[in-house]
Amino acid sequence: MAGPQTMFDKIWQRHVIVERDDGQCLLYVDRHLSHDGSFHAFSALREAKLGVRRPGQTFATPDHYSPTDVRTIEAIENPELREKVETLAVNARDFDVTHFGIDDDRMGIVHVIGPELGITQPGILLVCGDSHTSTHGAMGALACGIGASEVAHVLATQTLWQKKPKTQRITVDGKLGFGVTGKDVILAIIGQISAAGGAGYAIEYAGPVIRDLSIEGRLTVSNMSIEAGARVGMIAPDDKTFEYLEGRPYAPKGAAWDKAVSYWRTLPTDDGAIFDREVKVDGGAIAPMVTWGNSPENVVQVTDAVPDPDAESNPERRESLRRAIDYMALTPGTPMTKVKVDRAFIGSCTNSRIEDLRQAAAVVKGRKAVIPAMVSPGSMQVKKVAEAEGLDKVFTDAGFEWRHSACSMCVGLNGDSVAAGERTASTSNRNFKGRQGPGSRTHLVSPVMAAAAAVTGTFTDVRRLMEEK
Amino acid sequence: MEAFTTLTACAVPIDMVNVDTDQIIPARFLKRVRSDPEYASFFFHDLRLDDAGAERPEFILNQEPYRGGSIIVADENWGCGSSREAAVWALMKNGFRCVIAPSFGDIHYNNGMKNGMLPVRLPKETCAKLRGELHAKPGAEITVDLESQKVTGPDGTVYSFDIDPFQKHCMLNGLDDIALTMQYDSNFAAFEERYKKEASWLFE
Ligand code: SF4
Repeated sequence: MAGPQTMFDKIWQRHVIVERDDGQCLLYVDRHLSHDGSFHAFSALREAKLGVRRPGQTFATPDHYSPTDVRTIEAIENPELREKVETLAVNARDFDVTHFGIDDDRMGIVHVIGPELGITQPGILLVCGDSHTSTHGAMGALACGIGASEVAHVLATQTLWQKKPKTQRITVDGKLGFGVTGKDVILAIIGQISAAGGAGYAIEYAGPVIRDLSIEGRLTVSNMSIEAGARVGMIAPDDKTFEYLEGRPYAPKGAAWDKAVSYWRTLPTDDGAIFDREVKVDGGAIAPMVTWGNSPENVVQVTDAVPDPDAESNPERRESLRRAIDYMALTPGTPMTKVKVDRAFIGSCTNSRIEDLRQAAAVVKGRKAVIPAMVSPGSMQVKKVAEAEGLDKVFTDAGFEWRHSACSMCVGLNGDSVAAGERTASTSNRNFKGRQGPGSRTHLVSPVMAAAAAVTGTFTDVRRLMEEK
Repeated sequence: MEAFTTLTACAVPIDMVNVDTDQIIPARFLKRVRSDPEYASFFFHDLRLDDAGAERPEFILNQEPYRGGSIIVADENWGCGSSREAAVWALMKNGFRCVIAPSFGDIHYNNGMKNGMLPVRLPKETCAKLRGELHAKPGAEITVDLESQKVTGPDGTVYSFDIDPFQKHCMLNGLDDIALTMQYDSNFAAFEERYKKEASWLFE
């Protein structure tokens, strides 16, 4: 064995079927997740008269187009949405892949149900035709998003051609302050390294702050690797990871479990392994964050103000800041806590897991939403657990809508969208122009910050509300 | 895929950083199939058109002579965000075959490579210089030669670019990589047999 290796290298190496002289590697894909936006790839297979090589290793669920108010195909009123949800069911049946349909209690957002069902495991290579596949790396997997042509390739061959990316370690030191979450950590990281800071790299998140995060918090961090420009994010698996996975439906059992765990323990990066880039982040300095512009790098602490583009020396950057402030209808210098919000959304593959809902409910409890607010749990399993704990009541008593699971208002494909000109406090991952509906104005925040915005009608430092309790 | 060898065409300067794939094709059009006759109109839909569906004259792709462009010269982090391959299809339906930028979203870059839409990385200063020339002389042409890995700017300056040799080979010949991968079937079988023993818990 060569010298000390990174976790990324260990997993990569294990999956190389062929390495060409030019560095391109044919990699073995352990698990493939598919969704109702993957119809192009299935059509490509049909056209080429190809089958799925290893159907047992693909899992599909209709997260993008399922409406959040109904749970059967027949009940979907909009024919375009119904057609998408139905097409996935037909493709799954015809190609014999496992399908968690809209009426299945295991249905949910792919990046929530992968870990939750134990499909996502440390050391595996997992792909999905969705950029937020980086999420799964939080379990110690090598996971990346791919395009439609690559999805067809994976279905047909169970492999993927890739060239090894560079590696980057982001170490978050110190200890997070009160009211600061995984979402704030990743937003602060993107603010520091920029939306292109991870391009061309596989990122490993490390350090005490990452170790201290729950699995849910780690999934949130790794989820937004792509917003930092990286296809791959990963976090070393540890006892927390194993505890989370044990007993999940698709996790190994009995002797197989023991064998798996002993392998998983060899995965963390060796001491002395070299990364192409090392970044340090001061975890203790992170506060609740809010984005103000149309790139996730446009982010400030909630106690800060909308920045002044004139302070930017680079003319292109200045122009792009100006355009964003204009689109977002903000005034430079306005404190974020004075910015009025029209709507709050708690959901998406970034922040819709049980811990997210628990934390948000704790802020909402005993208060009333003063603006329209909605919760879409990340999966039907999360929904069930939340309901057993009475969280649904906390939200509905406060005037929130409590919906079924889907991507929902994160992307506005399923009918849940933000009206033109409306400003949302959203727990999702993209604040691009028009992301939540044409003309929508998205501010990315943590679940507790979205809850705080819902009950106050402005961005509010959630630490203040938490202290009042 | 469509092969790409060499192209001389009108190039369009787009001065924005972080142009995400949600801008190139908004999510609401993703449900449409590629054969949709309206597909070309989804391209940069919300930047090209106003709420009433009228063209925004200030947007460069609505201006002559850029309408006839086949190359885009962009800025940092072009095609970041969503993995939607539709962004590449929308570019191609509008006649674009090449985007030159300092950096690309990694997935978008690969998606281009799979479709014969050549992404070319040139240094930030070079891209800025090219955009400057294109603004100064609207309609000016750029030549992109994949075989020699060279871009020739409007003023005749030649710039070399790097590209992965395997991806270059596929693109030059318009190769579909599923067929290519099938040539490695025996390696696949040998790998899987061994791997199933090593990671047996994944196959139980
Ligand atoms: S929740 Fe949003 S970001 Fe996540 S997979 Fe769905 S659409 Fe994509």
